[in-house]
Formats: sequence, structure tokens, C-alpha cells
Amino acid sequence: MMLNYDIVVIGGGPAGLAAAIEAHKNGAENILVLERDRELGGILQQCIHNGFGLHVFKEELTGPEYAERFIQELKDMNIEYKLDTMVLDINEDKLITAINTTDGLIHIQAKAIVLAMGCRERTRGAIHIPGTRPAGVMTAGTAQRFVNMEGYMVGKKVVILGSGDIGLIMARRMTLEGAKVEAVVELMPYSGGLTRNIVQCLEDFNIPLLLSHTIINIEGRDRVEGVTIAKVDENRKPIPGTEKHFECDTVLLSVGLIPENELSKNVGIKINRITGGPDVNESMETSIEGIFACGNVVHVHDLVDWVTEESTRAGRNAARYVLGQLKSEDNIVEIKPGKGIRYIVPQTARLSNVEDKLLLYMRVDDIYENMKMVIKVDGKELRSIKKRHVAPGEMESVNILKKQLDEFEDIKEITVELVEEE
Amino acid sequence: MKSREMICIVCPVGCHLTVHEDTTAESGYRVEGNQCPRGAVYGVKEVTNPTRVVTSTVKIKNGLLPRLPVKTDGDIPKELIDECMKVINSVEVEAPIKVGDVIISNVLDTGVDIIASRSM
Ligand SMILES: Cc1cc2nc3c(=O)[nH]c(=O)nc-3n(C[C@H](O)[C@H](O)[C@H](O)COP(=O)(O)OP(=O)(O)OC[C@H]3O[C@@H](n4cnc5c(N)ncnc54)[C@H](O)[C@@H]3O)c2cc1C
Ligand code: SF4
Repeated sequence: MMLNYDIVVIGGGPAGLAAAIEAHKNGAENILVLERDRELGGILQQCIHNGFGLHVFKEELTGPEYAERFIQELKDMNIEYKLDTMVLDINEDKLITAINTTDGLIHIQAKAIVLAMGCRERTRGAIHIPGTRPAGVMTAGTAQRFVNMEGYMVGKKVVILGSGDIGLIMARRMTLEGAKVEAVVELMPYSGGLTRNIVQCLEDFNIPLLLSHTIINIEGRDRVEGVTIAKVDENRKPIPGTEKHFECDTVLLSVGLIPENELSKNVGIKINRITGGPDVNESMETSIEGIFACGNVVHVHDLVDWVTEESTRAGRNAARYVLGQLKSEDNIVEIKPGKGIRYIVPQTARLSNVEDKLLLYMRVDDIYENMKMVIKVDGKELRSIKKRHVAPGEMESVNILKKQLDEFEDIKEITVELVEEE
Repeated sequence: MKSREMICIVCPVGCHLTVHEDTTAESGYRVEGNQCPRGAVYGVKEVTNPTRVVTSTVKIKNGLLPRLPVKTDGDIPKELIDECMKVINSVEVEAPIKVGDVIISNVLDTGVDIIASRSM
């Protein structure tokens, strides 16, 4: 089967939905969304807690409510989508190979592609915990799906490794459903999760958060029977003599997310070493012309609101590309992280395509107090923003107005760095 | 209670607050460690009447999935969370359900309803 579409969006999570809707609003027709799951909405369908949409809708929604608003909008626009459809391959000519049980193998020729495949969780193998390989060890996201969507309780006595938001949310969820969460064990001296989650998910239920600790052994033959944890030194090496044993039947891993980029890598898109996602320009276009990317596939977001913002930009520019409105330009501005900043998205910009402002998303590399973020254009300070508190777990954004940039000529480089406030 | 320590969750700064009993203050409490007035309001509410939104699932028959996500459509007192979970777990509904449908009205006489947080 061979199909033709102007824009094909891969992934029907919040990123893919927002991109498709915005492409339609900007005059693109013939849009198709491909989703491998049985329904649209992506990971939001399993995030039943509230706290989504404070920026986009100015109210606190749950994940499924947030998703439903976009799914409804997509359906109202009669945008086509295919469920249970897994994309296997894309090539440089934007030919997509996908498979599902009703159509079999399908080939789709697109004029533009939007990558919105989200991310997956790091697993035990990716972080090497010693010990046996019994049942009862799983990622926090897998447990979230079992408990919240299938109604299947995964354990009674739980230890959680990693204090990312999914781990914290699951500590509360398992407790509410009657399990005992013995501890959340975090390797770093600080939690990667949001403060409100530490308070509402752990402190409310007296669940201990053990910072600078790790699991050094998992015991049990068929099913987990217990874990041994230990304190770690500043080089994250376990300190002998600090071991403690917990009896438990379940270990949940919340040890980070990795952008899902097998398709991107295979087609030869340039992947950023730090974000794990494609390098993108001001239009959210990857290193291959006409292939755009947005959401967690580009970099891991902590708030879905920013996923939506970024994805509307990708969708709008995919439409501009198909309509021949996106300008190619020789002068490529490099956007580089300076001191204290781990990465910035986008990595490059063609200023003629920047409408009224250039929005930069970034993460800092440590916790800092009383700093200022200094934005420089070719080494000259453009502006600085006071920051009382910054942390790696909370994404920062910076807006640069187009008219400010217009005062410079032939810009080569924009940098952002952290400087201590006097 | 003479004094209690807590972290303010109103904004990402996360100030470490200490709430002291203080009969000379209007609210009966004095808050320290807050970098802005919102922290003082939060601190007093946390020691006088802490409330939370509860989210969970109920059993659903003939749906796409075996569970329907639900939430309280307002805050309920923190000490009622356990009771509230018992009520939620005793209910079974039947598809079709629309987002916002009331699943349990006026749960535990709080004046707050439990509503569906998706359509199914
Ligand atoms: C397990 C987990 C739990 C999370 N919990 C929270 C939370 O509690 N709160 C929060 O704010 N954020 C949470 N996040 C972050 C959350 O993922 C983002 O806020 C947001 O959902 C990202 O949107 P997205 O569309 O980029 O990715 P996703 O929501 O992951 O959507 C990607 C979609 O692409 C589909 N897909 C992938 N590959 C293919 C393919 N080859 N072919 C077809 N379809 C494909 C997937 O099935 C999925 O539906 C969580 C992330 C994970 C992984
Ligand atoms: S006291 Fe003010 S500044 Fe401090 S965390 Fe609370 S709201 Fe934020």
C-alpha cells in the first residue's frame, strides 16, 4: 500500500497532537498522525495525577484531561490518524515505512515529517545494579501503566530507586492503593524531582527520601525478597559499613528518560550528545531539511506545557515548509551554552525565519542560588535575568526579541551563561 | 505544637519555613524563612487546615480499559484522604462516561465531588 501526505507526524502524544493541530491552523492540508499505541495521548494517559496545563490552560488538569482537549481538537479538525501503527523506518526522501494489522506494511510519501516519538525510561540494564534478576523489578512508568490503566497492583512492599518525578508520583500512588513504600533511594545529593512532588508525594505520607544512597544488591530467586542499600561518597561510590537492608517484593526504577531516536539515527539525523535528541534550528527542523522534531524526542521536558509550546512551533514551521514559506539562509547563528548551562535548545537559528521572538529552553548543570543569566550576542551582553534559585530538575526559558537582534549585524553566536550576582 | 518546619510548595524556590505558635499574631501563628508573603499564607494553612486534591481510578465495565481515572473537583482535608480512597475503591461504573461526569457526589460530606478525568 502506498499513500501520499503533505505532513506526517510520528507519535500521537501531546507533542504530535499539538504539531498536527498547529500545522492545520497554518494552512497545511493532508496531515496524517501515526501512533503505535491503541489510543492517542501518549504517556499522558497514564499520568492520572494533577498538575498539567497550569501555563497553557491556567488550571490544574490531570494528564488524561490535558490529552483529551487536544484529541478533541484534532478530531474536530478532521485530521487523519492511524492507531496501532508502528513506524519502522524513514528515509532521506521522506518515505515512511509503517506496519499495522489492518493495512499490513504501508509506505507513505510525505513532503514534511514531524518526529514526536517521546522518550523511554532507562532500565536496570542501563544502570548496572548487581544481584539476581528476579521478577518485581520494573521501571516506575511501567508500574504507572499497570496500576492506572490496567488496574493491576504491582506489589505490596516497595523500594524506589531514583527520585525523578515519575518515581515520586508512584510512591504516593502505591501508598494510596495500600502498598508500603519503604524508601526512595537517590544517588545524588539532591532530588531530580519537583519540590512540590517531594512534599505532596513523600512528606505527606512519611516516606523517607534517602539522598546520596544507592541500591548495591537486589536479592530473591523468583521474586524480589529484599534490597541492600548503602550511602555513597562524593564520587558516588558506596561507603563500606553503611549498608542497610530492606525487605520488599518490588523495586521501581526512576532513573531517567532517554529520547526515543532509533528512527532519527537510522536516517542520519544529527543527534546531540547531551540532550540525546536531534539538533534543531529556530523552526524545530533537524539536520535533514523538511524533517522537524518536538517534545521529549528532542529533550526531556518536565512540564507538558512546554512540550505543547515547542510542538506548535514545529507544526507551524512544517506547514510553512510545505507551503514554501520557510527561508533557507547562509548565515547560521550558533546558540551555545556557557558556564553553568548544560544545554540549550535550539542549537542554531536562521534569523530571517524568527518571527517576533527567539525562545530558548535550557537546563543548568547544578543547583545555584542568587545568580543571573547573562545572554550575549557575539560576546556582547544583550540582557541579564536575575535568578534566585535554579536547579537541573527545572527547565529554564529565555525569550530574545527579534528587534533586539536586528540591532546586530551578521551574528555568529548567541550564548547564555550563569554569573554570580554581586 | 510549638513550632513546625516545612518546605513551601507555592513556587519552585522551595523556602524552608518554620511556623511558630504566636498568640500575638492575628492568625495565631508566625512564619519564618519565607522569601515572600505567599509563603506565610501557605505556612499557616498547612498547620491549620491542610488540603489536597486526590486523584485515583475506579473500576469501569465495558470500557476501552478496565480502569477510569477520577479526581476530586476541589481540595479535601488532608486527613480525609484515606477515607476518600476507600469510597473511591468501592465504586464501579459502566461505559460510556464523559470527562467531567460526577462519579461520587459530595464525597464524605466535604461538598466536593469525585469526577471522571477522561471520557471512555
Ligand atoms: C513513563 C513516563 C511518565 C511520565 N510522567 C510524567 C508526569 O507524571 N508528569 C509530567 O509532567 N511529565 C511526565 N512525563 C513526561 C511526559 O512524557 C511529557 O510531559 C510529555 O508527555 C511528552 O510528550 P511527547 O508527545 O513528547 O511524548 P509521549 O507522550 O511519550 O508521546 C510519544 C508517542 O509516540 C509514540 N511512538 C513512539 N515511537 C513510535 C513509532 N515508531 N511509531 C509510532 N508511534 C510511536 C508513542 O507510542 C507515544 O504515544 C512522563 C514520561 C514518561 C516516559
Ligand atoms: S515563600 Fe514565596 S518565594 Fe519562598 S517558596 Fe514560598 S512562594 Fe516561593
